[in-house]
Amino acid sequence: MAENNPFPGENNTGHVWDDNLRELNNPPPRWWMIAFWASIIWWIVYGLLYPMWPMPYQPAEGKGYTQGFLGWSQMKEYEESLAQLEAVRAQYEERIRNLTPAEILQDPGLKQYTLASAKVLFGDNCSACHGSGGQGNPGFPVLADDDWLYGGTLAKIQESITNGRKGVMPAHKSTLSPEEIDRLARFVTNLSQGKATEAGWALFRAKGCIACHGPKADGVLSRLPNGDIITVGAANLTDGIWRFEPGGYESAKYTITYGVNQPGVEGTRNAVMPAFGKTGKLDEQSIKKLVVYVHELGGGQ
Amino acid sequence: MNDRPLSRRDQAVEDLYAEAGHWEVNTGGETIHAKRIPGRWRTIKWWSATVWLIFFFGPYLRWEGRQAVLFDIPNRQYHIFGATVLPQDFWMLSLLLLFFAILLAVTTALAGRVWCGFFCFQTVWTDVFTWIEEKLEGQPPARRKLDKAPWTFRKLRIKLIKHFLWLLIGFATGFAFVSWFVDAPTLWATFFTGEAAIPVYVTVALFTAGTYGLAGWLREQTCFWLCPYARIQGVMMDRTTLVPTYDFRRGEPRGRIKKGQKTQNTGDCIDCKQCVAVCPTGIDIRHGQQEGCITCALCIDACDAVMEKIGRPKGLIRYASLDELEGKPVKPMLLRPRVWVYLLILIAALSGIVYGLTSLDPIQLKILHERAPLFVTLSDGSIQNKYTLKILNKLNEDLSLRISASGPEPLELIGADQPVQAQHGFVSPAIVFVKVPREALHGERTPILFRVEGTRSDGQPVSTQRESVFFGPRY
Repeated sequence: MAENNPFPGENNTGHVWDDNLRELNNPPPRWWMIAFWASIIWWIVYGLLYPMWPMPYQPAEGKGYTQGFLGWSQMKEYEESLAQLEAVRAQYEERIRNLTPAEILQDPGLKQYTLASAKVLFGDNCSACHGSGGQGNPGFPVLADDDWLYGGTLAKIQESITNGRKGVMPAHKSTLSPEEIDRLARFVTNLSQGKATEAGWALFRAKGCIACHGPKADGVLSRLPNGDIITVGAANLTDGIWRFEPGGYESAKYTITYGVNQPGVEGTRNAVMPAFGKTGKLDEQSIKKLVVYVHELGGGQ
Repeated sequence: MNDRPLSRRDQAVEDLYAEAGHWEVNTGGETIHAKRIPGRWRTIKWWSATVWLIFFFGPYLRWEGRQAVLFDIPNRQYHIFGATVLPQDFWMLSLLLLFFAILLAVTTALAGRVWCGFFCFQTVWTDVFTWIEEKLEGQPPARRKLDKAPWTFRKLRIKLIKHFLWLLIGFATGFAFVSWFVDAPTLWATFFTGEAAIPVYVTVALFTAGTYGLAGWLREQTCFWLCPYARIQGVMMDRTTLVPTYDFRRGEPRGRIKKGQKTQNTGDCIDCKQCVAVCPTGIDIRHGQQEGCITCALCIDACDAVMEKIGRPKGLIRYASLDELEGKPVKPMLLRPRVWVYLLILIAALSGIVYGLTSLDPIQLKILHERAPLFVTLSDGSIQNKYTLKILNKLNEDLSLRISASGPEPLELIGADQPVQAQHGFVSPAIVFVKVPREALHGERTPILFRVEGTRSDGQPVSTQRESVFFGPRY
């Protein structure tokens, strides 16, 4: 070919088509070739150092690829970072372990850590019923207000989370006449607006409501000298906050008729808080953090 | 050759190949050894390059006991003389970038690639590297000869010294760069004893290798094939842009002067190729404005020196616009709308930065109103809202700050009896509750004003306030 090259001395490869189309021999610049070979070397070295090649599955190692000489893996890196994180958390966790919820609240830094940490626990365990910010849901109490069925002190909150709660109110559809139920429902509605009548109070006492709701109908049976209250978890009927949505006359009438958590009564109100501590769902540390968190939602006492 | 007139096709091919002769693609196959000659633009170039002394020595400026300009990334604080900029103020950085982008655009539109030719680190460092090369290896012919010569002890010695000096400059560059991010005296104290952080060593190593490779080996190839700005700036020029230009009307037809020639029958260009010899990117300016031209103006020096020697007027290659060269009317700079638009953007960006730097609050307050629930009815019928106050302390000292609120009266602020300890350079959160009797509310939303105040250690009061909303039930 070279002897009859029609374009001699032109740096072509000797391949000529259609009279004058020819392939020139212009190699890429040297720096480009260096970069090209360097990247191939990089690829080989990378393949040796890091996991790269698929392999038949090795049951002993639980892996189906080459390990690489560095022994690096994403999981190892993840575990290392997690260990780092746990080390940072450990100092706080250790202090929380040795302190009571009340003492945690005294330490601004620790309180901040506890609230941040418990926010996750609250989201996982509590928010399904009580709402993401403790705003409650129909049938499930608001935790951000200051109305507590079982008391809003740190100790009472701890008790509620650990042991759970189950409210009880008898169904009165067979023991009271519809007319009596109606009068009681009107009485408690008025009571919440501060307009209770003496006749209403008389019926309230006569039908034994005070046994659970207390002589003042505020859900308190008696107050101890240290400020603690004795309660069976009956609702405070004197305030504007209703245990069951939407509240008011109709709700009250329904609750009096069908009661709360009455076995065998169709349509009874359902009000159960699971025992998170007793069932082992949450450990003591998590509960302690949640106590602080719930207490700080806005209504802790 | 036969005497037949060329066919049209052959003529076209001939023209194409004649033009192809001009279009040499420089892919670095041959090292460009540019000649250095003294001249006006050469001097200007050295002076403009001294801007980079700031880069090397800036970190050693002190201000109130600390480095005057320090980009403290681990602590997320950026000290610029008296001002401390935190990531929250970073909107100013976007204005700063805008300012420099438009500054680049306006200079390029007015006078071509001034940045490339006079200020760019690639140009300046390459200039210094080749200066060292010349001092060690001699003029371009000597350098070419040395490159081709077999390895001798002399060649080895020269090359070793050269590469050592190049690496040394590369190292100094990396060290200076890191000094802007790490306190310089600490860097000096820790770097050579191996106590500095790993990223410091990695950065210095990368800069050393990068400087050595880019300024020592790649040189003009960087401008040709790596740098995006080179190409972007090329399109920002127009017919009115002043760039180093060969005056083809005066110069063509070019021709060599013969010995003893008295009359001139060619243009002013005597085809001495001095303009090509001095060009650091190895182009021929006589082909007109082209991608390889970084407008360093060294060819102007070269041509003027020749014109002086042969007694022809200077300025055969000079700063001129395409319009001027083609004899079209040249608009004064300030009558071009492009200049005004660029200047307006420049002023807007600059005033934004000035506003930002002068209005940096010592403390910044952000308020997050609790969304779930928006409000809570309490047993006594009053309405309670929950707020998380995020207090950013931008000072260099910790503060003790009191929180107060004013809004629908009477309001009770809960959780604010203890002052918040605001650590400097950090955001301190504080959760507070506001309780308002329902009767005091006359709508779903009532404005509420939070205020935090405290005292600096020198007795100067600091305070800031921010409005939020108090939510209540629908009426």
